[in-house]
Amino acid sequence: MEPVLTRHVREPNAPTLSFYEKTGGYQALKKALGMTPEAVIEAVKASGLRGRGGAGFPTGLKWQFVDKKSPNPKYICCNADESEPGTFKDHVLMERNPHLLFEGCLIGCHAIGAKVAYIYIRGEFYHVQEVLEAELAKAREAGYIGKNILGTGFDCEIFVHRGAGAYEAGEETALIESLEGKRAQPRIKPPFPAVEGLYGCPTAVNNVETLCNVPLIIERGPEWFAQLGPEKNGGPKLYCISGHVKKPGVFEASMNVTLQDLIYDEKFAGGIRGGHALKCVIPGGSSVPVLLPDQLNIAASFDGVAAAGSLLGSAGIIVMDETTCMVWAAENLLYFYRHESCGKCTPCREGCAWLHNILGKIERGEGQMKDLDLLLSISNNILGKTLCAFGDAAATPVLSTVKTFRAEYEAHIREGRCTVPAPWRASRRSVAAH
Amino acid sequence: MSFHPAMDYGRGHHKSARALPEEGPAFVYTAENRATFEEICARYPPEQRKSAILAALYLAQHQQGYLTRNAMRHVAEAIGCTPADVEDVVSFYTMFYTRPVGRHVLQVCRTLSCALMGAERVTEELAKALHIEPGQTDAAGEFTLLEVECLGACDRAPVVGVNDHWHECQSPDDVKALVDGLRTRGAAALSGCHLKVEKS
Repeated sequence: MEPVLTRHVREPNAPTLSFYEKTGGYQALKKALGMTPEAVIEAVKASGLRGRGGAGFPTGLKWQFVDKKSPNPKYICCNADESEPGTFKDHVLMERNPHLLFEGCLIGCHAIGAKVAYIYIRGEFYHVQEVLEAELAKAREAGYIGKNILGTGFDCEIFVHRGAGAYEAGEETALIESLEGKRAQPRIKPPFPAVEGLYGCPTAVNNVETLCNVPLIIERGPEWFAQLGPEKNGGPKLYCISGHVKKPGVFEASMNVTLQDLIYDEKFAGGIRGGHALKCVIPGGSSVPVLLPDQLNIAASFDGVAAAGSLLGSAGIIVMDETTCMVWAAENLLYFYRHESCGKCTPCREGCAWLHNILGKIERGEGQMKDLDLLLSISNNILGKTLCAFGDAAATPVLSTVKTFRAEYEAHIREGRCTVPAPWRASRRSVAAH
Repeated sequence: MSFHPAMDYGRGHHKSARALPEEGPAFVYTAENRATFEEICARYPPEQRKSAILAALYLAQHQQGYLTRNAMRHVAEAIGCTPADVEDVVSFYTMFYTRPVGRHVLQVCRTLSCALMGAERVTEELAKALHIEPGQTDAAGEFTLLEVECLGACDRAPVVGVNDHWHECQSPDDVKALVDGLRTRGAAALSGCHLKVEKS
């Protein structure tokens, strides 16, 4: 598949308005503003576009759920928090193709009847924010943003809102809380944001890549979009491949591509580095179950990866070779979850700390066989018992690695040391003091 | 904090174990920062000034280097909320510092993709080169070393954030050059984000 989202990203001046206009930019907005909001939503529904943030929820439906009859203003919040470990695709779109995102936001606002879109960008993307702010100013000057856009009477503003370092802000209700100036902690659902979101008003929260697909659907038609991939998994998709591969990076492909090809094909990540053998792959950001080398010959689509027992999630593919200790990897991830747990739900706040402590004990060679059951018991007491999906995300790496690599855990405990000590790890462990 | 009978829970490393930030000197925004703050407030509905709190805190932190209780009180006044609301926010987000930090805050990403590429060793070498432990600031106030969670540059691992900028693909052997470069050339020594192809 020819790249469409990232076609021009390596060309000089790709982020500028003049470049974007030259390559056909803002034509979809013109077309969309000539359509009724209902027709725009119908087109997005017909395309089968599914949210690219992780959950894969149909975007057209999400927009249709926005409460049109409410007397309150409506909002679009673009989720540009991108903090799932192993995920770095939205970053490319925002830094190298920002006007595509603006165009998607504007079409989305037209569809749901919003006058303002906020792009919630993570605090660590300072240089991306600079690009966005500069290009927003240019788009405003050119009349694409502001009052009476393109002479159609449509008013819409886009603002960038910078976060300050919180993984949980990527959860849609936590993002809204953070935008309101509070701690990024999730809300009890229902009510869903479509009914009561930002400032209690109907809100659609959409991922950057999702919104970037919307202008393509309007311009080239829902049929074009749908036929790009397997059924219900249409459109171009960005894959982020990191870890022990020769060429880590962001790759655009249709969801017909297999995980095997993404990792081994020269067009993509080019295989495992240093002649090592592959040990396992986390296909969708750190929060999903691992897949073994013999499970990779599947379509890297939402449904394909789910059928193999994992999730496509944010398409953050983390590749680990044979030198990786899985107890160490699980401990590394659980430190992340322990640190990032927002603290609102007890099972997650307390459970992540327990899990991390036990994994640390096993990794240091101080574990006992009964710790394995304790790990599973704690994980199962987090799973499904928290307000947001964070709890499941934290429990999954433990459940999945204990199930798949139980022998490795047992060897750590039996031998009283790490049995897979890679040379690229530190000789002395340190845990950050915050 | 609750306790599980089979678990050695440890002490003092949970967010709920908090220390009060220091009082600090008297604080008011510079005229320029005040103007920027009002400009940012205008992005939100008039009754939702609290939405500008993160931006307001960034401004205060840039002005003073870190956030004191006096700075938080000033932000509360500017926003129109209570100082407790402000501290609630400050204590939650990792990018706000309530203690003085060095001129260069080195943030080594320690999450899985960077760790797989040797981030632990980068931290180790930095700690050796700077004679400080992660979490500490050197005596001259030049460097602070932190281990942070995923910075979102996993394809350029290990990545080190230096203040607001990125330094990509660090190997343990590059550490000395990074430290020397920052000492002599400041932020110009950093690689920045590889996606930028324009010459500046």
